[in-house]
Amino acid sequence: MKKLTLLTISLSLIIFFAGTTKKAGYEIGDEVKNFTLKSVDGNMVSTSDYGSAKGFIVIFDCNTCPYSKMYQDRIMGLDEKYATKGYPVLAINSNDPERSPGDTYEEMVSYAKSNKYKHAYLYDADQSVAKNFGATSTPHVYILQKEGEKMVVSYIGAIDNNTKSAKKADKKYVESAVDALLEGKKPTETKTKAIGCTIKWKAA
Amino acid sequence: MNIKHISLLFIWLLISKVAIGQQVEVVKFDAIKDLLKNDSKNVKVINFWATWCGPCVKELPNFEIANKREGVEVVFVSLDFEDQLKKVEKFVKKKGLKSKVILLDEIDYNSWIDQVNTTWSGAIPATMIIAPKGTHQKFIEGELSSEQLDKALQKFL
Repeated sequence: MKKLTLLTISLSLIIFFAGTTKKAGYEIGDEVKNFTLKSVDGNMVSTSDYGSAKGFIVIFDCNTCPYSKMYQDRIMGLDEKYATKGYPVLAINSNDPERSPGDTYEEMVSYAKSNKYKHAYLYDADQSVAKNFGATSTPHVYILQKEGEKMVVSYIGAIDNNTKSAKKADKKYVESAVDALLEGKKPTETKTKAIGCTIKWKAA
Repeated sequence: MNIKHISLLFIWLLISKVAIGQQVEVVKFDAIKDLLKNDSKNVKVINFWATWCGPCVKELPNFEIANKREGVEVVFVSLDFEDQLKKVEKFVKKKGLKSKVILLDEIDYNSWIDQVNTTWSGAIPATMIIAPKGTHQKFIEGELSSEQLDKALQKFL
């Protein structure tokens, strides 16, 4: 009986810890490997191509999410403001076009063209980049900072605290974080959350 | 007021009731906090959704079925913007939703998402199942099939 109790306890412990295993994806301070994706201009783009960049504003984004659309001007604005300062925007579309027909590579090309995207808009065809990052929604931001040869995650989360109105947003998380990095400081707020569309994963 | 007027008024009330359908109350996060406590005898299922969210709209019927079960009470929390209230009410009427629908008007998402559940990324749909008196709960992010919702509910009934 005692043995059985012990067995039960150890089994439940195993089950308990198995259920709480760390979620996949990057956390603040984690090193990010270089990745290469196809851009809407037809070229393959790699993070290692950006020799002079100090880092990246990586944004999981798409053509179809209403919240991505609401942030579109702000995303373009971030690239306009920070690309020349060393933090270009890399927007990545990881949606499965089977589940989200408006998110095929061809749709991305015409969407970027009609909206006059100046920032890179990349197609994560096998969803591996979104999975490695642990991205869940759109728009979902990861700010990466180069430290020597390494790229390190310095911020994860929302663009600001008002999806509906850029004017009314009084906490501009991404701008504050990049500004801090440009001054050689650590961002004060490193993780935030926002309501967004789920990334449309391929059927398992 | 004569009989004719009264009966006209009655007919008007009847028509407007049918035409308006369920009224969707606009709430602040405090109301959600109360819901999460689940101070009731029923298992509470709180579903965060929006009219613009495809997977959310797809799974709504599964929750409507769950709401009919003995001891289960579903509340749909719409995250549409407050100025979209009319659109939400129209949608609720069109779909004939019987479960309670409320609209959460809290644009500063980061201030409350963790208070629902720290594992929630903020992507919708998202669902919280709470036992009576809030003794235990389960949080699920992502779309639920009828079977998945049933399976999750099984542990509470």
